[in-house]
Amino acid sequence: MEILVTGILLGGTYALIALGLTLQYGVARIMNLANGETLVAAGFIAFWLFTSYQVSPLWGLLVIAPVAFAVNWAIYVWLLRPLVDRAKNQGMLEVDSILATFGLLFLFQGLMLRSFGGAYVSYTFLAERFTIFGSPYGLNRVVAFLAAALIGASLWSFLYLTRRGTAVRAVAVNPHSSNLVGIDVAGTAALAFALGGALTACGGTLLSTFYTFNASMGVLFTIKALIIVIMGGVGDVRGAVLAALILGVAETSVASLVDPGLTLSATYALFILVLLFRPQGIFGRQQT
Amino acid sequence: MTQLSAGEIRIALIGAAAVAAAAMLPVFDQGFYLTLSLNIVLFAALCTAWTLFSGPTHYISLATAAFFGLGTYSVALGIDVLPFPVLVAAGGAVAALLAGLVGAATLRISGVYFVIFTLGLAELIRQIVSWTQVKLGASMGLYVFTDFSEAHIYWMMLALTVAVFATGWLITRSRLGFALQIIGNDEQVARHCGIDTARLKIVLFMISGAFIGMAGAILAPRYSYVEPPAAFSPTVSFLVVIMALLGGTRRLWGPLVGVVPFTIVMEFVSARFPNDTPIVIGLAFLAIVFVLPDGVLGRLEQLRARLRRSRPASPAAVAAKEPA
Amino acid sequence: MTAPALSIVGARKSFGGLVAVNDVSFEVEKGELFGLIGPNGSGKTTMLNLISGALEPDAGEIRLSGEPISGLPAHQIARRGVARTFQLVRVLPSMDAERNVMAGVVFGGRRLWGAEARDFARELLALVGLRGREQVPVAAMTYIDQKRVELARALGADPQVLLLDEWLAGLNPSELAIGIELIETLSRQGRTIVMVEHVMDAIRTLCGRCVVMSSGRKIKDGSVADVLSDPDVVQAYLGDDDDA
Ligand SMILES: Nc1ncnc2c1ncn2[C@@H]1O[C@H](COP(=O)(O)OP(=O)(O)OP(=O)(O)O)[C@@H](O)[C@H]1O
Ligand SMILES: [Mg+2]
Repeated sequence: MEILVTGILLGGTYALIALGLTLQYGVARIMNLANGETLVAAGFIAFWLFTSYQVSPLWGLLVIAPVAFAVNWAIYVWLLRPLVDRAKNQGMLEVDSILATFGLLFLFQGLMLRSFGGAYVSYTFLAERFTIFGSPYGLNRVVAFLAAALIGASLWSFLYLTRRGTAVRAVAVNPHSSNLVGIDVAGTAALAFALGGALTACGGTLLSTFYTFNASMGVLFTIKALIIVIMGGVGDVRGAVLAALILGVAETSVASLVDPGLTLSATYALFILVLLFRPQGIFGRQQT
Repeated sequence: MTQLSAGEIRIALIGAAAVAAAAMLPVFDQGFYLTLSLNIVLFAALCTAWTLFSGPTHYISLATAAFFGLGTYSVALGIDVLPFPVLVAAGGAVAALLAGLVGAATLRISGVYFVIFTLGLAELIRQIVSWTQVKLGASMGLYVFTDFSEAHIYWMMLALTVAVFATGWLITRSRLGFALQIIGNDEQVARHCGIDTARLKIVLFMISGAFIGMAGAILAPRYSYVEPPAAFSPTVSFLVVIMALLGGTRRLWGPLVGVVPFTIVMEFVSARFPNDTPIVIGLAFLAIVFVLPDGVLGRLEQLRARLRRSRPASPAAVAAKEPA
Repeated sequence: MTAPALSIVGARKSFGGLVAVNDVSFEVEKGELFGLIGPNGSGKTTMLNLISGALEPDAGEIRLSGEPISGLPAHQIARRGVARTFQLVRVLPSMDAERNVMAGVVFGGRRLWGAEARDFARELLALVGLRGREQVPVAAMTYIDQKRVELARALGADPQVLLLDEWLAGLNPSELAIGIELIETLSRQGRTIVMVEHVMDAIRTLCGRCVVMSSGRKIKDGSVADVLSDPDVVQAYLGDDDDA
């Protein structure tokens, strides 16, 4: 039971990160391998705001999310759109975007190493006990989960209740016919990419309240986010949330029942199972 | 198709001369230049082996560190029991086996999944190896004591590099190579021609992985103490991708063009600015995408084609040119 | 009685909600030149994709000389003797004409290699009218010549059944006459051919029997003369015109 709750609390933050990636990959069609660096950078900024100016990470979100939005928007428009424009086919774009976002990954990582050093970092925020079903949990984890749920819910309302959001979903399904019905596909892709970056940054901020991190950890989170996205089905919001919770629980179980050193193995075991049995995602339909 | 063309003979002669010259190096220097050259030859073997698979299939493999580490570990585990050549072969075999498993699970699906999977593979294996070592009560690392000097390792690595090139060359002349060329052009057409594209990719990935594993095995004696974090360092995977793509993957010897300068640059950077290697790697990736999409070699061929076009070219000359 | 070269029983394929091929059955005899016609989007290409294994049918069975092939991967179906061309011509752009054709020769039915493969490829290039053009890069060829190369590549596999997807489309009138003659030659050599075509004159000249598809369903089959004068068939084509 404790494992389940801890896993779900962790999964909430994972879901946010994975939603960020699924927006970027599902709508803008860019596999952003620097996604984890966005997350870690957000964590560092939250850390810096908190330790230097005593700004609560929750207020910090109000700064971090817009900054991440702007930065990701700029990356898409200046760096990635030229690749989209020059690609002759999906395969070429795939290779180019993988290499370009690897470049960003290392660049960001290097810059963070310069600014913050390579040490592990954490800070104490809301480290009080909070009791659920008779067992104590860190209040910071609970708050992070609630914040993640709130942000996730706002995303859902944006996607399903607004015109812009409907356009985003349309482009995710079929960019070509979206273009025909008068949706600004290029603009929507940029919006989705920026929004995805902002979501990931929110996830990173929340994660930093209860997680120890360092400058070179981003890749691990990218892998986790990707596995969640693949498990959930690319571009599928509902699937991503469910997959994130599954992964959170699986990791927590392995860490507490077997060995904390084997969490990645748990992630991979899930990944392989999904690849072998449901490569189209948990809810996904057969790909054509 | 069975006889050697004049061009091939010329390349073979140049290659043989270069290898002979390289083999003489330890006679003149046993210090800095030998160490540097060993690194160059190591990356030449790794990048060329990588290109055997990734060149024709366009899959970006980041499994290099995993294969390499397995090779290193095969030697470290067995050095007291078995002769070294057997261990090198075993390292290759284990890596090939892993490549086969990974390939079977991921190569049938999209290229992105493959990248992600291989990206975490080294880390995964590192975790498993560390965990097993701790469970078995052993210390974190293993000692590798041999009589090999750095010159011996260098010669063995050079021999491996030659073997990789020979294999690559044999492949291009075989049905397998022709099939790969077709897949590189249009995978769907390849399937409708009767080519089992999935199986071919797996076989090729295994060949490539085997060589990388052997390189790791040969290099093991260089570190007298082998630990998981060093043996499975993910940086190796990225460096291999960068060097191979910088050089160009359309030709077998393309990666060499990237290996030599970039190894020297990395040597310099890691000596002077050890904390900034990620920035250099990042910039190198961006340069590959935005400045040299087909590598230095592709750029040169483009220039040559443009020069030739500005002069009146005979159609026969154009027809004779065809990427191998 | 020998089994038909190709028999299709209740084939079905849907994409999401759209049923592109809906319970289609027909048989093609050995040595027959068989037409598959229908308005745009009626499911003809999808039908060829099902036969050649590019797509797997949701239901139904496809047999090649009596052997079930549905569900096999495309390369195995190709090795058993189904070769095809594509509606939008697909050549191997980095190679010359000879290597393109060798792709079919080397990995198809005869699995030749080396000089033998090259000689056979040259023979086929001559057959489709490209003698002397063996070393020309296909990227530099005209559309019709690329189509010829593609056809020669398909023939290189020495197929039991040859599938042509609008091979005559996009040719000018004089090229069309040459193309029709070429297909006639192939048919006279005893090959079994299924051709998807919009050029009705070609169907009339070449085919004995044909199937008409409309919105995924087979609406008619039989001899070309009967089928083309059938009111339903005329209606299907006219309805299509109205939409356009
Ligand atoms: N891979 C696919 N995914 C989704 N829908 C598809 C796919 N292939 C075909 N379709 C749809 O199936 C229907 C039948 O298409 P098909 O290409 O088989 O028609 P066709 O008869 O060959 O038409 P044309 O004469 O224009 O070539 C069309 O509505 C098409 O949009
Ligand atoms: Mg069609």
